[in-house]
Amino acid sequence: MTEQTSTASSAATAPGRTMIKLEGLGKQYPKEPKPAVDNLTLEIPEGEIVILVGPSGCGKTTTMKMINRIIEPTSGRIILGGEDVTKADPDQLRRKIGYVIQQIGLFPHMTIAQNIATVPKLLGWDAKRIDARIDELLQTVSMAPETYRNRYPKQLSGGQRQRVGVARALSGDPAVMLMDEPFGAIDPITRDRLQNEFLRLQAEVRKTIVFVTHDIDEAIKMGDRIAILQEGSRIAQYDTPEQILTAPANDFVADFIGRGASLKRLNLSRVRDIQLSQWPTVQLGDEPAQVLDALRASDKGFALVLDEQRRPRRWVSAPDLQRGTDRPLDQIGLPPEAIVEPQATLNDALNELITANYSVAIVVNASGEYQGIVDIDSITEAIRAMRTDARARARVGLDEDDTVDEAAQVGR
Amino acid sequence: MSEFFDFLGRRYDDLIEVGLEHMYLVGLSVLLSTAIGVFIGVTTYRTERPREIALAVTGSFLTIPSFALFILMIPIMGIGAPPVIVALTMYGLLPVVRNTITGLREVDQATVESAKGMGMGRTQRLVRIELPLAWPVIVTGVRVTALVLVGIAAVGAIVDGPGYGTFIFDGLARVGSPAAINLVVSGMLGVIVVAILFDTLLAVLGKLTTSRGIQ
Repeated sequence: MTEQTSTASSAATAPGRTMIKLEGLGKQYPKEPKPAVDNLTLEIPEGEIVILVGPSGCGKTTTMKMINRIIEPTSGRIILGGEDVTKADPDQLRRKIGYVIQQIGLFPHMTIAQNIATVPKLLGWDAKRIDARIDELLQTVSMAPETYRNRYPKQLSGGQRQRVGVARALSGDPAVMLMDEPFGAIDPITRDRLQNEFLRLQAEVRKTIVFVTHDIDEAIKMGDRIAILQEGSRIAQYDTPEQILTAPANDFVADFIGRGASLKRLNLSRVRDIQLSQWPTVQLGDEPAQVLDALRASDKGFALVLDEQRRPRRWVSAPDLQRGTDRPLDQIGLPPEAIVEPQATLNDALNELITANYSVAIVVNASGEYQGIVDIDSITEAIRAMRTDARARARVGLDEDDTVDEAAQVGR
Repeated sequence: MSEFFDFLGRRYDDLIEVGLEHMYLVGLSVLLSTAIGVFIGVTTYRTERPREIALAVTGSFLTIPSFALFILMIPIMGIGAPPVIVALTMYGLLPVVRNTITGLREVDQATVESAKGMGMGRTQRLVRIELPLAWPVIVTGVRVTALVLVGIAAVGAIVDGPGYGTFIFDGLARVGSPAAINLVVSGMLGVIVVAILFDTLLAVLGKLTTSRGIQ
């Protein structure tokens, strides 16, 4: 990842090698008064998710589709990995770029395996390698190959089709992926899950991704970097989500982020970054008396029952114990709900805990072991910290030089 | 009535042979109509003007009375099977061309765009994505063509074409004699049987050649 080529970025905004560079890119449709994309220059660093976000009609999709030349630019250059591809053979170019669109566009007459095999076949891989690749990719997107290989798209749910779409886009192992509202047509609950899965996947594969959305919340959640675009694909701000929320460059950006910037920042903090609350816990085999002791020792009304592997099994309260003294601990009280992992965002945790019993989310690690609790208080505390942070940053230059550090410490 | 069955029994071999000729005539014409019709559809479906011209021209063929067309063919092609096959192929084009165009235009554009985005060239997209997806609609067109041609083929006997038309025209020549009705009715029934055979065959063929994913 050294900055060696002439295309590498000198700006501080691009830490890695520049993977995609758009130079004065423009698209002027005939008979239209204004260009759809007007002289756009943008550098996309390797291994990052860059989100193009903006109101409808701002040219974000046109911009993305010019990268794989589904739409041919009328001016400017596209440089991919140091190579000018503005005039390259478009079919060859596209085989090296993964492409996911909102409608997914799976081929309905082909099986899942055949769908995924499309690009490897075009690249001339041998049958054995293609077969292995199909199984590998299905596993990557958590679909059992033996179950799904020979199914047809119509036999899958919307979420599964979306996963296959991603697997298909990854099939030729492209360095670059273009995604046009890939989660747009999915119901909100599944969308959240797929977004999280995709982020986990991206942490492994580290593709360079250009991702188009109109949804600022999705942009903040998914993006390493966000380009907020105005009409004509003019960049209003190109920065990290953190910076965009903290320091919107102009009124357009501030309006686009909309209200509740601090709530949106819940998408940026993860459960692992905050102080978890501790609630009383007891072991599955414990005597009722021990449970009552544990409850008495804390100010919470409920104790969490853990099994031998420290996995949460049940919430119990004193009245539960009195009602069913003879029954084992995992048959009284209420089942644990709202279980989140440390990499979940605070927004995920908040969504979970609002609907859960006792308004708490249980945090477990990857093997399901209990880590702690997120409750409303922990979230409010996190918001307060962010506010203090932001206020301090906004006041930079007004007070003493070290204000930021102080404020940040107070906030934490 | 029993006299009719006697007639069928007497002319059994003849009826089968003429039936096979009829099927051959129609089969070949359907094949030609399909090949030419799909080609016309594929080359014209993308742009409005050529598409409309293709539909107008193949549609106008169907308005020519078959009797007249067969006779007009004589100076060019003589008599017998060839003029009949040419005329039938012309009549069979419209359903195939129309359904090919409709089928190809109904293919989901997102599917085609994702094929394009994956690096399939124009021909690959057509052969591997668009035609297979349009296929059920095209097959429906071919079935209509087959039904239309089975009927029109009978008229081909006027220029000495083979098939059940010979029975019907023989009957026509003997109007008034008892054999006339037998000839016409057996020719007509033969046409119906051939029509049913073709339709069933094409339905099965269509099902076998259509991906399970779009059935």
